[in-house]
Amino acid sequence: MPVSSYLALGAILFCVGLYGVLTKRNAVMVLFSIELMLNAANINLVAFSKYGLYANQTGQVFTLFTITVAAAEAAVGIAILFALYRNRSTAEADRFQSLKG
Amino acid sequence: MISMNGEFIAFFLLSVMAIAGAVFMINFTRVVHMILALAFTFLGIAGIFVTLNAEFLAVVQVLIYTGAVSILMLFGIMLTRHRDETRDGGRPWHAFLCFLGVGGFFALLMRIIYGSPFNGETAKTETFSVSGLGESVFKQYVIPFEVTSILLLVALVGAIILAKKERS
Repeated sequence: MPVSSYLALGAILFCVGLYGVLTKRNAVMVLFSIELMLNAANINLVAFSKYGLYANQTGQVFTLFTITVAAAEAAVGIAILFALYRNRSTAEADRFQSLKG
Repeated sequence: MISMNGEFIAFFLLSVMAIAGAVFMINFTRVVHMILALAFTFLGIAGIFVTLNAEFLAVVQVLIYTGAVSILMLFGIMLTRHRDETRDGGRPWHAFLCFLGVGGFFALLMRIIYGSPFNGETAKTETFSVSGLGESVFKQYVIPFEVTSILLLVALVGAIILAKKERS
């Protein structure tokens, strides 16, 4: 398999995630689309751990760290969403217009 | 020319699965269906990791994304009041402009990917192993590993403090 196929798959998933971030109204779905974009980046890292000039397992180590950071991001994002929901009683991203509590 | 071997067929099926899940996520109107579609995508990406000789990452992907993050998002949906159907009408220009922008970005990415002269070499995948991964995490990358554990602890505490009910 050429490495370009894996990079193309990553690009497609990243663009779908980007479109979701830009158009979805529900803040949970915006967070979830961000997870999709992070996954698309992980595909590139793992692809270059197999294909390339000095390919080795280091790309997989990077992906492990990315997955960890993404999980932390999802947890904190959901917690912020709950805090906003208590103040605004809506979960729609375009209703969160002010930074004041 | 790509030969029709088992790796190609596996890659084709798994990438179709991943892309189909993502596109269904965009098009579904019910929020729970969206989350199930994206869990399907994460499963497809785990399969892609298997074709890239990253079996441990595939298992981690299934555990963390298909299991934990999807369930976390389901809790997020259940605990916030939402209309079951997302409303998407009212601003057709916004979606159209976003589509144009993302499409342009995608065309640029594809042009760069297929225009770059990638080296055709492949790593010695028989040397890839879980023990090798563990050795590089706990020897060469032990400092980032410890920092990650601190990050997880801070995220845990921060999430609890943020989501806790404030006493007024």
